Amino acid sequence: MINYIIRRLLLIPVLLFGVTMIIFGMLQLLGPVERSALYVKDFPKNENQIAGIIKKYGFDQPFYVQYWVWLTGKIDPGTGERHGGIVYGDFGYSRTGSQPVIDMIKDRFPNTLDLALWTVVPMLSVGIWMGVQAAVHQNGAIDQGARIFSIIGTSFPTFVFGLLMLMFFYAGLGWFMPGKMSDWVNQLIYSGEFTQYTYLLSIDALLNGRLDVFWDAMRHMIMPILTLSYITWATFVRVTRSSMLETLRMDYVTTARAKGVKESDVISKHAQPNAMIPVITLAGFSVVLLLGGVVITETVFNYPGIGQAAATAAQQLDVVTVLGFAIFNGFVLICANLIVDVMYAFIDPRVRLA
Amino acid sequence: MATLSTPTFDNSLLKDILPDRKITWLERVLGPENYRIIKGLLKTPASITGFILIGGFILIAVFAPFIIPPVGSDPFKIPRDGFSGEPQPMGTEWNKNVPDLPFWYTPLTGKTEWVHLLGTAQGQYDIFYGIIWGTRTAFRTGLMVVISTFLIGIIVGSISSFYGGMTDNIIMRIVDIFMTIPFIMMALIMAAVLTPVLGRSLLPATLALIAFGWMGYARIIRGDILSIKERDYTLAARVVGVRDSRILFRHILPNAIFPTLVLASLGIGDVVLSFAALSFLGIGTEIGYADWGQVLSFARNWITSLNIYWYIVVWPGLTLVLFVMGWNLVGDALRDVLDPRMRGKT
Repeated sequence: MINYIIRRLLLIPVLLFGVTMIIFGMLQLLGPVERSALYVKDFPKNENQIAGIIKKYGFDQPFYVQYWVWLTGKIDPGTGERHGGIVYGDFGYSRTGSQPVIDMIKDRFPNTLDLALWTVVPMLSVGIWMGVQAAVHQNGAIDQGARIFSIIGTSFPTFVFGLLMLMFFYAGLGWFMPGKMSDWVNQLIYSGEFTQYTYLLSIDALLNGRLDVFWDAMRHMIMPILTLSYITWATFVRVTRSSMLETLRMDYVTTARAKGVKESDVISKHAQPNAMIPVITLAGFSVVLLLGGVVITETVFNYPGIGQAAATAAQQLDVVTVLGFAIFNGFVLICANLIVDVMYAFIDPRVRLA
Repeated sequence: MATLSTPTFDNSLLKDILPDRKITWLERVLGPENYRIIKGLLKTPASITGFILIGGFILIAVFAPFIIPPVGSDPFKIPRDGFSGEPQPMGTEWNKNVPDLPFWYTPLTGKTEWVHLLGTAQGQYDIFYGIIWGTRTAFRTGLMVVISTFLIGIIVGSISSFYGGMTDNIIMRIVDIFMTIPFIMMALIMAAVLTPVLGRSLLPATLALIAFGWMGYARIIRGDILSIKERDYTLAARVVGVRDSRILFRHILPNAIFPTLVLASLGIGDVVLSFAALSFLGIGTEIGYADWGQVLSFARNWITSLNIYWYIVVWPGLTLVLFVMGWNLVGDALRDVLDPRMRGKT
């Protein structure tokens, strides 16, 4: 087990190196003049001054030197201060967010986390339940229903489903709304009477004992939660169903039935635990994707998470901000993947022996 | 001493053992394995529905100029009926930039002037025009991306599996790294970096889809080649002293390529979906380009009154859903056919 974890940990620097390399490589598609324009606020027209900036920031240096400076920053010989360096969390200044990119990430990430936290519950429980039911009643009405449900689910683009939700529940019925919170909640937070323990609005509301704030947060989050759940349910149903069908055909299940074990026990105690192994992989994968910020869903519902910030920045061609978010995203994904893999090895001994 | 009898080539005895089975020309061309895939795809009602949907969209794309003739020099620019912001409902009269009347229009609608059949979006872009010509955009980008990713995947996958060892290891780790990063983030970066260089066009989003879409194909073709590499005929070719490249291109690839080819062609649905998503985020084509994601993105400014302007979401949304569903229905059947556990059951 420890061997396995160490092996996985050793892979992290390699992956991080690869990811940063690809991201930095894409930056190289721009010429030195365009790249220096990204970092300098009042870009000069004069050619000599431009050449000076290129020289100062080292945009004329070979690829690997630039990559190293980009990673670790550069120490100013006069003041001894370090400029840049993504390892130190300096992703540059965001034009679209009017603040350093790292502060923007700190503001936005709790919101993404909040959404992910509440999406996991319906996503897993309903998806797995439907898959098991479909397998147990193979080719029956429930199975056919689940199949149609999942074909429609996989065919619905997130943003079309989201827009339809907005049409019914926001514009039509007025039950739920886009965004993150109502104005009065915003004022409450600024007034200082509302303590922010975790910066996750729904959790903080519960900790403060403010059910009205919690309800407000939920009314804003329910549409993205349903959208994200619906599009992932389809995959969960499919994977759970096929894995469950395969397990139900195994000899040990027949043995259990032959011994006279109740059918409901055969399903829930004998078949289901083993059938869940591929489902757990999928669950881990889905949670990881949720943490990465769900760009389209957040954008449709105008939810201020990291995905929406990245999309807005990309739209306005704010390369520095998009790069920062992508690196952060890659980092979160790599770490979350590691956690999922290790948990998986705990559950299925075959993995760590391989 | 027994004499060796010469073979008679008389298979009449076999007829009693083997059932009399006609081999169609298609099976002769494709071989039994690949023929099984095609047959499996044409079997279930779901996949046939899928083929009908895809066929319908192909017809729309091919006959787009006859369904609604282009206005102006660039047929992919949606004609604007004025500049007012507010969307106009279905059946509103069409006053400016009116296309010619196609042959079907008067018999079907009973009108002698164009109206906005599906309404207009913000900026008076005709939705019907956007949907019809958007079908061409969908197939154009879909084919371009699928062909490119397929070729890259085939090249990377064959090199990796054919040479094996260290080469394979390094290439596959690079594939892993490409798969670590979520595609949409990379597409955002590429669009932000490339748009100033190339301008707002189909190109940045298409390039992003190509750069981060080939990994799946590389993995699949690699697996198939690894198994074909071990077959006797490959060994025979090696023993005779055939060159590496000839073994790869004449003996291995033709036998390994088919499942990946089918899978890639069904990938068009996914590609069009991702492309529409990028367009919707506002990083695809220029505003007013005939493209489904672009038409849908107009709805983003009207979310408070979507119950009144429902047609700006429902029609382009429905088109996109039907298109993707067509490919998914066929893809679902393909998954069943390619699943080794299902072998021998079709």
